Amino acid sequence: MRSHYGRELSVAASIALLALVLALLAPGYFSSENLADLFLANMPVLLIALGMNMVILTGQIDISVGSQFAVCGIFAGLLSKLGLPVEIAALLAVAVGATMGAVNGALTAYVRIPSIVVTLASMVALRDGLRWATDGAWVSDLPPGFQWLGLSQTDYPWLMAFTAVFSIAALAWWLLTRAGGRAIYATGSNPEAARLVGIDTQLVTFGVFALTGALTGLAAVLNSVRFNQIPGNAGLGLEMKVIAAVVVGGTAITGGSGSIAGTVLGVILLGAIGPALTFLGVSAYWERALQGAIILAAIVVEAVRERAEKRGAEHA
Amino acid sequence: MTELLLEATGIAKSFEGVRALRGVSFELRPGEVHALIGENGAGKSTLIKIVTGAVTADSGTLRIAGKSVYHNDPATAKSLGVAAIYQQPALFPHLTVAENIAFAMESAGSWRKVNWKERRWKAKELIALAGAAIDPDRFVSSLSMPEQQIVEIAKAIGLKAKVVIMDEPTSSLTETEVASLFRVIESLKSEGAGIVYISHRLEEIPQIADRITVLRDGETVGTCGILEVDRAGLIAMMVGREVANVYPKREVAIGEIALELRCVGSREAGVRDISLNVRKGEILGIAGLVGSGRTQLAETVFGLTPADSGEILIHGEPAVIASPSDAIAHGIGYVPEDRRQHGVVLELPIAANISLSSLSLIAPHGLIDSQAEQAQAERYAEQLHVKAPSVDVPVGTLSGGNQQKVAVARWLATNPKVLILDEPTQGVDVGSKSEIHAIVTDLAESGIAVIMISSELPEVLGMSDRILVMRGGTIVGELSRAEATQEKILALALEHN
Repeated sequence: MRSHYGRELSVAASIALLALVLALLAPGYFSSENLADLFLANMPVLLIALGMNMVILTGQIDISVGSQFAVCGIFAGLLSKLGLPVEIAALLAVAVGATMGAVNGALTAYVRIPSIVVTLASMVALRDGLRWATDGAWVSDLPPGFQWLGLSQTDYPWLMAFTAVFSIAALAWWLLTRAGGRAIYATGSNPEAARLVGIDTQLVTFGVFALTGALTGLAAVLNSVRFNQIPGNAGLGLEMKVIAAVVVGGTAITGGSGSIAGTVLGVILLGAIGPALTFLGVSAYWERALQGAIILAAIVVEAVRERAEKRGAEHA
Repeated sequence: MTELLLEATGIAKSFEGVRALRGVSFELRPGEVHALIGENGAGKSTLIKIVTGAVTADSGTLRIAGKSVYHNDPATAKSLGVAAIYQQPALFPHLTVAENIAFAMESAGSWRKVNWKERRWKAKELIALAGAAIDPDRFVSSLSMPEQQIVEIAKAIGLKAKVVIMDEPTSSLTETEVASLFRVIESLKSEGAGIVYISHRLEEIPQIADRITVLRDGETVGTCGILEVDRAGLIAMMVGREVANVYPKREVAIGEIALELRCVGSREAGVRDISLNVRKGEILGIAGLVGSGRTQLAETVFGLTPADSGEILIHGEPAVIASPSDAIAHGIGYVPEDRRQHGVVLELPIAANISLSSLSLIAPHGLIDSQAEQAQAERYAEQLHVKAPSVDVPVGTLSGGNQQKVAVARWLATNPKVLILDEPTQGVDVGSKSEIHAIVTDLAESGIAVIMISSELPEVLGMSDRILVMRGGTIVGELSRAEATQEKILALALEHN
């Protein structure tokens, strides 16, 4: 029997190894300012990855999250400039994200267009639609209540930490202990069998896209309030960071297998490695190459293990 | 009189114009095992899919547990107490045994709590009832085929299903596992469930069944009690039809041996000890049930699953066939079963489909000479009577019969010595069927050695000079054209030790 948590443990071990190297060579990495910066910078990736993990678990993919992120950020900023309180602006931005996700989900689940095509189209359409609508202008002169959600700059990170822990715990709880969460795994593992046991696989697929959209909207708002301006080109390449974290965390790209813990660890490993290079005096240009190598290593290990397992089952 | 558990009347179903069922009736009483038998393609699988709600019938009425079901779907069937154990288990490979069983039993509802402890405990108990011991925490992907069958059986027991459908449940089980399966069936019966039992193993049916229904060509031939019919009678019911002499078989001069196999086996393909030969001008028919290894034999000869034992001789010379390109180089062509998946490239035009296996002829320097390709395609399209506006139209726009002709033409372009045809007329309308038969006879006449795999017994009988029957991955009998009958072929194909 294979270990249930093999991948999670190996990612955790990699993080521990990285931490050890940093502790010995660059203890400054663990200053509270740096860790807080690191956490806030990776918060959007984390939130969206939680949704993406579920999309990939069902055997789908959403590459439009970067564009959704930009749209939701601009939207929240504009609403806030209209004088809406930041809470309402945030809620509406989350709703817009959920709507964009729902459109992707409906096209995938009910019109049965492959999600890679649907979300490729919405990635381009949303990105260029936004550019056309705003003329590429950034949203600036944001009202003071928008900054840091109206909190002090020291309280804000604590709220974020709470949000992160709450989101992780809530989704992990749902995936592990509720029938709906298990239906996500079943849908990705064998859609036909899922249909035969009476799971509404179309609703499941629709739901995970809508939820990912909502989380993307939330991530966009929480990220926008950290700056004076909201750029129209926010979230470029964000989808790749998110998908990479999910895959490194051990979620099978073909669906059916993976965990929240793995995804969180994947976000931590890929997020921590870039700044670590700077601290270790290695050129930051290596960051992306090293991330690529980690992704490659993760999927090669996965493929080799899967083949070994299949052979094991045949000879059982 | 007790209420019937299942009552299907006049069920009809077509798939893309091909009629799979044309008015089937079937009933199941509480506490009985009702065997459902028939040849390949008789409609057994379609019928059970309609009962389980996996597909919807075009017409007919269905009553399950006394309730009329107007629109069946998997959830409805499940709620009425229908459970099916498929030949290919429908399980979730990434999930544990316990969870797989739980999915079948627990109701839907997104927020319902999942009790892992109870699931594990329940799974253990049900697997024990199914007569086995499998750790409920194992992932299904790590289970062997028989273990997966056990999980399916445990699911059906757990559901307290009233209508339990078992499709070839014993095909991958050992003797002891079969015995414990039969014990499970007895206990299900005693609790008042009805079992629909589909099997090709005729000799096990009297051991377990109370009644038998025979299907043929999508129709019910008859239902009778187990003691009212013997094996020969069953085979006669399964075969039944008249063999009209519609096959344009011509006497062809049979030449020397073109291909010979000596004790060939391939562990990967699951075929063993295959010895056969086929001569120039001869049509060698290969019959056998689905899963008997016919396609696997073809794939071994063609190098897709290379032989790991025995010898292959081409024109008397030992040949090594480790890949399809070796096979092509030795003059072997293979028109696979399921042409839409493997036989033709639906999106490409006829011309490109025909030239696919003989590109070296029309692209001598690596660049395709499109005029030569066109000319080649037109020549074969005419020879094989491919009905199409031009050779530039995509193959996907043609009828099934014409697609098959294109698949054959591709191999003619390689100038083959041996041509293997796997189910050449599957899903083809009657007119094209006899055209394809005429083409196959023409090919044999031109000196090609033809190996024809077919599930359609009249076709095998009508076309072949000799017939080999396969079962369990090897050849179990050879019949000459003169001595072969449908009954003899089926008897060989079904026999079981």
